[in-house]
Amino acid sequence: MELRRDVFQAIADPTRRAILNLLALQAMTPGAIAEQFDSSRQTISKHIQILTECELLKQQQNGREIHYHLNPQKMKEIADFIEPFRKMWEERFNKLEAVMKNYKSKK
Amino acid sequence: MELKTKLTAESGKQDIKITREFDLPVELLFLAHTNPELFEQWMSHEYGTTRVVSMEAKRHGSWRFQTVDAQGNVLFQANGVFHEFIPNQQITRTFEMDNTPFEVQLEFLEFEKLDEDRSRLSMHIIYRTGELRDQLLKNPFAQGLNMAHNRLQAIIGKLK
Repeated sequence: MELRRDVFQAIADPTRRAILNLLALQAMTPGAIAEQFDSSRQTISKHIQILTECELLKQQQNGREIHYHLNPQKMKEIADFIEPFRKMWEERFNKLEAVMKNYKSKK
Repeated sequence: MELKTKLTAESGKQDIKITREFDLPVELLFLAHTNPELFEQWMSHEYGTTRVVSMEAKRHGSWRFQTVDAQGNVLFQANGVFHEFIPNQQITRTFEMDNTPFEVQLEFLEFEKLDEDRSRLSMHIIYRTGELRDQLLKNPFAQGLNMAHNRLQAIIGKLK
């Protein structure tokens, strides 16, 4: 499915967001992640798969176990996505403040 | 450095929240949003001058502004209606960009007095769908103006 590769679709799901929050603290095995949820292990495994396909998660093989951890680079891309918009408002508001201070001092 | 303007756009939602504290009395912060001359000043930049076409600053009043380049070409135009208008407290308005595929959005602006000289603006912008919001955020033209493009034009203009 094409949509699945869209990182914004991936993080739109509350369970997947919860998984990202968990992994922000530490790398975890799929089993340990699944224990945190009421959903079936298969459901959680599917969510992990989607997050991995979107490169939000990375796998790390430790002996017989696989640990998942966040991919900070990809997480940053998401943050960067709203940054230009925020910056536009920041610049506008800086201007507003300067214009109104000037107006105030003239009064 | 702490960012003065905070923006929240939760994934999967169809809204954006923007907050900013100003070193201005709330009356002046409000006036900046309703007085055409002052609005034109802070909404203009080196690559475009903003002109208020209409600003009926009252409940059910309409507004329209445009941004023109040095040659007088209209770069951007937007319009809407004030649905709620409580001086120094609240503006609820619609915002629609002309000549774009983007649909109208609903904006709630709350003006808050912090003390005699400081105030806070909280904007809550609601889009029809989450997809529309994300498209808008990703589209530089929709971000008020195509800044990169127009900056480039301004630079090329100087070279001519």
